[in-house]
Amino acid sequence: MDVLGDILYPVIDDHNEVHDDARLAKDPACVLFGEDAVLQSMELVGFVIRVQQHLEERFDRGIELAHEKALSRRNSPFRTIGTLADYIAELLAEDSAAA
Amino acid sequence: MQRVTLITGARKGIGRHLAQHYLAAGHVVVGCSRDASDLEHEHYRHFQADVADEKAVKPIFHHLLKVHGRLDHLVNNAGIASMNHSVLTPLSTVQQVFSTNVFGTFLFCREAAKLMHKHRYGRIVNFTTVATPLKLEGEAAYAASKAAVLSLTEILAREVATMGITVNAVGPTPIETDLIKSVPKAKMEALLARHPIARFGTMDDVTNVVDFFLSERSSFITAQNIYLGGVS
Repeated sequence: MDVLGDILYPVIDDHNEVHDDARLAKDPACVLFGEDAVLQSMELVGFVIRVQQHLEERFDRGIELAHEKALSRRNSPFRTIGTLADYIAELLAEDSAAA
Repeated sequence: MQRVTLITGARKGIGRHLAQHYLAAGHVVVGCSRDASDLEHEHYRHFQADVADEKAVKPIFHHLLKVHGRLDHLVNNAGIASMNHSVLTPLSTVQQVFSTNVFGTFLFCREAAKLMHKHRYGRIVNFTTVATPLKLEGEAAYAASKAAVLSLTEILAREVATMGITVNAVGPTPIETDLIKSVPKAKMEALLARHPIARFGTMDDVTNVVDFFLSERSSFITAQNIYLGGVS
């Protein structure tokens, strides 16, 4: 599974359809969270929910992105589209290994 | 549109009454409880799960997402009580009470809000109790757990308001269900005497308030808690 192409970019398309004032670029460098972020905090919450649902609906992968491990990291995995993609790939690999 | 309603603790008591009520109103109802249910209806699906067990709860929300693609209403009815003097209450009992009443309510609210966010519409109803404002001796753990549910309701309502989701609570008076079957009659009469309207509550008293909170017309009603019987 290509995390950017199969998961994050389709969710960005959905997001951009309803958030004309907070459009996200299909670019790993696009900042989601923190300084220079495109999204307000509630928009980020909504985006994370959509990513989780997309994973579950399309790929039957019910992973929890708001993991304690993520929240305690020095560098937030929610910082950019690229860091989020890496983090999702990591969780999917762990989930597959545990199954 | 056929509304999709999730009710916890749906096997018996108020939860079952509400399940039957909303099935009769034409909703799809998904219920859960620790034990199996004998409620049969073409629009009813029951899951066996401990509401505080995240792994056991996941299939319920997976079903709602995959089969219905939505959730309109959550009624967080599942609850357990502990009626004993605090000095004689084992910590494990307090843990069980908080696990079901607080952690279970939180878990279902969290997962429901994610699903409701999809259509930017949702109604969540939690259950508090008159034992909290009446400060009932012998119900410290139960009343404290429901005080936590009230706080959760008020704050969650603010957090999800922009998602089109309302979160409210109803605090029933004693109703003749399993929850109070072990309480001596004299104790119960003394308790009822402390209510402005001194009688047992009924299933319909609770249903009336839940109906109000679930109504599409109640979009401007959130973070509210209604105690029955005039208790405040």
